[in-house]
Amino acid sequence: MKLEWLLVLLVLSDLRLLASGRLGAKIRTVAAQGVLLGLVPLLGSSGYPDAHAIAIAVAGMLIKGFLFPWLLLRAVRETRVNREVQPYVGYLASVLIGLAGLAGAFLLSRQLTPLPGKATSLLVTAALFSLFTGLFLIISRKRAINQVLGFLILENGVFLFGAGAMGELSLLVELGILLDVLVAVFVMGITLFHINREFDHIETNRLADLKD
Amino acid sequence: MNWLPPLLALLLAPLLLGVINRTKAIFAGRTGQPLLQSYFDLARLLRKGAVYSSTTSWVFRAGPILGLAAMFTALQLVPFGGQAGLLHFSGDLVLLCGLLALGRFATVAAALDTGSSFEGMGASREAFFGAMAEPALYLSLAALVRHTGSYGLSSSLAALAGRNWVDVDPSLVLVTVALLAVFLVENCRIPVDDPNTHLELTMIHEVMVLDHSGPDFAFILYGAALKMWILAALLVGIVLPALSSNPWLNLAFAVLGVFGLALLVGVIESVMARLRLVVVPQLLVVASALAATALLLGVR
Repeated sequence: MKLEWLLVLLVLSDLRLLASGRLGAKIRTVAAQGVLLGLVPLLGSSGYPDAHAIAIAVAGMLIKGFLFPWLLLRAVRETRVNREVQPYVGYLASVLIGLAGLAGAFLLSRQLTPLPGKATSLLVTAALFSLFTGLFLIISRKRAINQVLGFLILENGVFLFGAGAMGELSLLVELGILLDVLVAVFVMGITLFHINREFDHIETNRLADLKD
Repeated sequence: MNWLPPLLALLLAPLLLGVINRTKAIFAGRTGQPLLQSYFDLARLLRKGAVYSSTTSWVFRAGPILGLAAMFTALQLVPFGGQAGLLHFSGDLVLLCGLLALGRFATVAAALDTGSSFEGMGASREAFFGAMAEPALYLSLAALVRHTGSYGLSSSLAALAGRNWVDVDPSLVLVTVALLAVFLVENCRIPVDDPNTHLELTMIHEVMVLDHSGPDFAFILYGAALKMWILAALLVGIVLPALSSNPWLNLAFAVLGVFGLALLVGVIESVMARLRLVVVPQLLVVASALAATALLLGVR
């Protein structure tokens, strides 16, 4: 029951990410998502969670809930870009497309169940919807920080799927992915900073016309 | 005692406005107008005669009457405090939405009939926001129907009775939030429209009724109060379903709930600024998105 609430909150946070244009608010929403995701392995197991689940929950919450937001907020501050002005797809249209994606995720999760482990169909739905949201943000926004956020949301979906579907077996894999993501966000943060210093903007559509 | 809730609504609906105004006055540190001011206003307006511009036609005269009649009929459909509505049948929620739309249409048509450019502007906004609020209302009701498995307003709210607060379904919470947004939009309350403003450029509902006077204006005010009661009863029916087996206690709880909602609206109006007009559609799309999520959770 509590897991269900958590998953509904995750779906709502994805919708908020689609609807919002402010980068600071988005980064905080992704951070909240990270903390919520950290709770999933704890709630998913019946009875008391074991040491593995606690380790992955704490690592996930610390990295996704505090380290990433700090890095990204710093990038926002340094590049002095605090909102997406003209996305390729407007915010209202994004929400409507997101709803269509949510319906698709519900349909797909109905096809996919039953999965091994403690994956309920709602968990699969939330995971698929996070994947959809992440991918959609990557292709529909211009400011490069949105691409980083989209990547993080995508990874949240993968994490949720892994935490629910695979159980404890996936601990090593999850920690490995977390490490990869950590490095990737570091590199992206530094790249953002350099792009901004070279070209005075971080608009991905204008990066396409660069010729040497 | 099916007849009691509509009677209560007819008597107490104008008091809702008094409670909202008193809450706002207390927040602002004023004494505020008397709680019964809306009744005094209605009595004063009913004693006056109406003035009709020579450019208006029967549409202008029919508007207030049609609007009040639509609200009066809609009131009979709404269950209250565990009592089914006077009229109830399968699918009556579509009739409820239709009557709300009919009331809006009557006001808009009467406003357009005056030929005033300001009233046309208000009518255009009212129609636009009404059209955006309708999907949220329909989707919320659809989610409610899906959750309770019955197609009548009275029977689906009755199916919620006896629900406990600990393991409440997430979809009901989403529906409640969406309906609260619809409540604020439909009743022209603050994040969308300011009932106190008298600058024509920013008004929505108030600008449409500028040309009505006397009994016509009283009908409009009373119809607006009834509309607020109807939507409040719907919201309270979801949040506070019939808790006990004693019908009088249920009724008392529901009345308290409705006035609690008025208090909440007063608080919202005191702490929030009005949204820019371009942001209002976003609020409504978000409300629709919440309701759609609730519906998808139910369909799953």
